[in-house]
Order: sequence, then structure tokens, then C-alpha cells
Amino acid sequence: MGRWQDRVKEWLVWWRQQEWFSGGLKTVFQKELADNLSSTRFTILVFLVAVAGVGAFYVAAQSIRQAAGEGDPQFVFLRLFTTSGGSLPPFITFISFLGPLLGLALGFDAINGEHNKRTLSRLLAQPIYRDDVINGKFLAGLVVLAVVILALGFLVAGLGLLLIGVPPTGEEIGRLFIYLLVTIIYVAFWLSVSLLFSLLFRQTATSALAGIAVWLFFALFAGMLAGLIADGLFPVSEDAAPARILHNATLKQDLSRLSPTTLYDEATVTLLNPGVRTLGPVLVQQLEGAIPGSLPLDQSLLLIWPHLVGLIAATMLIFALAYYFFMRQEIRAG
Amino acid sequence: MAGQAAVIVTHNLTKRYGSITAVQDLNLEIRQGEIFGLLGPNGAGKTTTILMLLGLTEPTSGQALVNGLDATRHPLEVKRIAGYLPDNVGFYDDLTARENLLYTARLNQIPPAEAEKRVALSLEQVGLSNFAHRRVKEFSRGMRQRLGIADIMVKDPAIIILDEPTLGIDPEGVRELLALIVRLAREGGKTVLLSSHLLHQVQQICDRVGIFVAGRLLAAGPVALLGHQVMAGKPLEIELQAEPDNDNLLSTLRSLQGVTAVERHGAFIRLRCAAGRDIRPELVPYLAGKGFTLLYLRARGYDLDDIYRQYFQGEGYHGTMAG
Repeated sequence: MGRWQDRVKEWLVWWRQQEWFSGGLKTVFQKELADNLSSTRFTILVFLVAVAGVGAFYVAAQSIRQAAGEGDPQFVFLRLFTTSGGSLPPFITFISFLGPLLGLALGFDAINGEHNKRTLSRLLAQPIYRDDVINGKFLAGLVVLAVVILALGFLVAGLGLLLIGVPPTGEEIGRLFIYLLVTIIYVAFWLSVSLLFSLLFRQTATSALAGIAVWLFFALFAGMLAGLIADGLFPVSEDAAPARILHNATLKQDLSRLSPTTLYDEATVTLLNPGVRTLGPVLVQQLEGAIPGSLPLDQSLLLIWPHLVGLIAATMLIFALAYYFFMRQEIRAG
Repeated sequence: MAGQAAVIVTHNLTKRYGSITAVQDLNLEIRQGEIFGLLGPNGAGKTTTILMLLGLTEPTSGQALVNGLDATRHPLEVKRIAGYLPDNVGFYDDLTARENLLYTARLNQIPPAEAEKRVALSLEQVGLSNFAHRRVKEFSRGMRQRLGIADIMVKDPAIIILDEPTLGIDPEGVRELLALIVRLAREGGKTVLLSSHLLHQVQQICDRVGIFVAGRLLAAGPVALLGHQVMAGKPLEIELQAEPDNDNLLSTLRSLQGVTAVERHGAFIRLRCAAGRDIRPELVPYLAGKGFTLLYLRARGYDLDDIYRQYFQGEGYHGTMAG
């Protein structure tokens, strides 16, 4: 019985021993965690994101109240996150736009900062594995981000209870929780991007700017660029054939899905709005005979499964690149 | 020192960065309990050598053994027994001196209670007790350097490697720092390897030195012997002052047998002896006999400065030196 269990046990013992021998990961992790939490830029950013999020949420709550009687009363709780009120975009948009900034802020000077402060060679001369440093920094950033995002999400949920007085259903809580998890993965992607840039560029200002450039590109320009390319390959005039219009739309979407921002936006809209039944272009005949209604959670998840896999893969890929560069980097000071 | 075990040994250690050779076939042997000075100009490959000894950089070829362990294959074990003070050491500016040292202690798996004790003790020994709770960003260069030494003392390693420890500190600071290093080595029985291009500052505390230029070790040994080793076969030069100092003195010196040249250099007169001859024993009675009083006499080429200059200026090394 259970040869693999023995294997796992052996591996665990071995792993613990390694940990005991080095212990560097834990120490680096704890220090980075403390550094992150006490840094000024972190306080500023959390404040910014929290104000934007809570503001958007408050406006949404107001407009939901007004429209309370009119629309269908399903998923009122989730609408707190997706309803825009007047001039303010919804909570979900704010997080999608500002979340990357959180990730970038925690990592852009992770390695080159140590280099410039000349602490890297002293740190690596201690008896720790080299990857303890980058793993510890990544994990510490990830935990801080997770704490912030979960706290913000539950803060808004709690306020929502107070403001509209409609308790969430189990499914709504599940959707909210998964939404927050996906947000953590998305922000972790940006954390690993900034870690990579902190290795590629010697100046912290350069790596911060490079991170912001990539962020703006994905947030604003990637969609436009996808549209441009799609229009160039399949120009759509007023009287274009339906097949061509479909080609154009599909290509545009496929291209923009190369951007993690698009993946994240599509995934979160599907999660928080059960009315979303499909993410691609829909033909009229496909709608024939369809009964309007919302998707259950597992079907929503099925719809965005590729998005989640894509996001996780992109995060791991970028982190793997950063890991590789860090392990190959020459330590030469100055 | 003889009979002591070699703690750091390198075999044909070589490091190339692309087409540039930073270290070429280095064979070094540093023994238990000695202070060894690796001296050479900037860019000679001292830091690269140190990084290879600590396993922080992989050698292109050759081997670096620390306590018999290959630094490339067992970096963790090597780093556990070796403390390193990098060139222009840095600390986390937003942490206090004490917090910085405690971080080092934790990375070295020193239990918390013991760590607190060691941190307090080492801060006291480097004279920074009053600054333990100050953030490092307020520290001067000299204080950082001393904190760097405290950082090593917390770790309490058997081998201490210091890269340019005296750079950028005022003379009084240098004196204190060197005294600290000597105390560490002598009282603690540590093996110390220090690199420097400021030979005047470090030659006084080194048991042995190695002259390192353009990636090659030119000579190694005790400072006193090194002079003879390097100057062997070269004509001896003598610097002297005598009274009364007039032209008659120069011609008197010229007429002494075995002297090939006499020149005036500022306040001193320089004599060059014929190859293989040392005229110093005859010089004093000779001058006394002619009515001169000898005030100052020194054989040039026997102290480190002359050796150093010899290698920097002579034999084409100057041109090939990297930055």
C-alpha cells in the first residue's frame, strides 16, 4: 500500500532538511514582508486603490438603491462591484486598472535596488541558496498583495451589507471569492513583470518606467492595436459580407486576448456578472430559441477556464524568466 | 607560520569575461591564522578572485578550495565558514544598525537570544554601541565600514575576506580599522585575506602579501623577503644624506669602488652599485675617513612601495592594466 506516499514523505523530510540547512527563504521572506508593509510607497498605493475602490462602490450603491424596484432583483450584491454610477467607473474597472500598479510598485526595485545599495553581494555571501533571495522577494510581495486585495474585497462586501441590506447568497460569496483570487493572480503577474525588469535594468527609475510603459500598453493600447491589425487584414465596410465581419471580430478578440489585461477583464466580468453567457461574437441564429437567464457558477468557471490557465501560465513564465536571469547574473559589485 | 595548514588554496584559477581575462592561472596558498594581503591596482582582478573564493562567481577554469571544499561546488558550506566584507559595503538604509546585523544573524541561523548577544557585543567592539538604534542612512563611510566588520563578527567565521576595507576612510579611521582587523585575527585565530590598492595602509598588518597585477600573481611572500626576491639580480640602489653636502661629496662617492652612478634626487643622493655588489659595509668608514658624516641611509627596492612601483611602471604591465 502506498509506495508514492512513502516517496512523498521522503521528499518532505528531504525538503525540510534543505530548509533547515539554509533557512534563507524564510528569513528573506520575513524581512521583505516587513519592508513592504512599512514602506511609504506601499501605504500611498493602498490608500489610492482603497479610496478609488470604496468611492466607486459607494456611487454604485447609490444607483442600485434608485434602481432597486425596477430591474430584476437577482445578484444585487454582485452588482455593487460592476455597476457604474454617473461619472465613476465600477469597482471592477478600478481594480483592473490600478491593481497592476500595486504589483509593479512592490517589485520594480527588488534586485537592482539591492545592487545599487550594494547589499546584494553581502546578502549572497551569507550561507543561503541564491534562489532564496528571489523566491523570498516574490513570495513576500505575493502575500502582501493577497492580504491587500482580500481585505479590500471583504471591506467593500461588508460595507455593501450595511448600505443595501441585501445579504449575499452562497453563490455570490463564491463568485466574489474567486474574483478576488483571480485578481491576486493578475496582480502577481505584474509583480513578476516588475521583478524581471528589476533584473534587466540597473536603474530603479528605468525599471519602474518600463513597468509602467508595459502596463499602459496593455491597459490602453493593446485593444486599439488589435483593432487596427484586424481592420487592416479584414477591412469592414458598411456592406461587408457577414463572414468578413465575423473574421474581423474574431481576430480582434484573439489578438487582444494576448494581453493579460484582456484575459483578466473577461474573466472577472464573467465571474461577477452571471448574465454573461459567452465571450466571443454571437450569431443571431445561435440566439434563436435561447432562454435568457444567468449561468450557474460552474458554467461561468468553465467559460473562463482558458483565461485562468493563460493568466497563471503567463505569471509563471515571466517569473521563470526572472529566476533564470537572477541565477545567471554576475554578482560583480559596481 | 610554517607547518600551518593551508586554508585557502587555488589551483590555476582563471576567469575570463568574454575576451578579457580578469584572473589568469592564479595559484595561491593562504595558511591558517595569517593575514594575507592581496595587493594590486584597481582592475587587477582582486574582487573577481574573492568572488570566486566565495563561490559567487564561477571560474572559467581551475579550482578554488576553501578548507578543502571546492567553492564552486559547495558554496553554502564555504559561505558558512567565510565572512565577506565587500568593496564599499552597503546596508539597508531604512533599518537600524542593530536590525541590519540581526538580519545577518538570522540568515546564518544563529538562535535569537545568541544573536542579540553577538550583535550587542560586536557593535561594542567596533565602537558603534551608541548608534545601534540609528538608521544606517545617517552613517558616514567610516561607520559603515566598521558596521561591516561588526557584520562579520556577528557571523564569527573562521575565514575573513575583506575587499578594500580602508578605501575612503580618513587616516584615523584606517588606523582603528586595521587595529580591529589585527585584533580579530590574533585574538580570534582567524585567517584574514584582504585586498587593497593602498599598500602603505595594509603592509604593516600583513604577514604575507601577494602582488597582483593584470590578473596575474607576480610575487607572494612576507613583505621583507619579497623585496629580496623581487630585486634579486638587479643592481642595488642606495639613498643617502651626508654632511657637509657639497660637490666634493658627490665626487668622493663616485670614486668609491663598486659604484656605477651617483645622482642627486631632491634632498637625497642616489648611488647605484655594480650588479651583485653591496657597498654599504664599506660606505660608512669610507665617508668617515674623508670627513663626511652620514645622516641617512636606505637601500631602495626593498620595501613594498618600490616593489609596487617596479611592477606598475616596469615590464609593460602598465599598458595592459584594465581600468
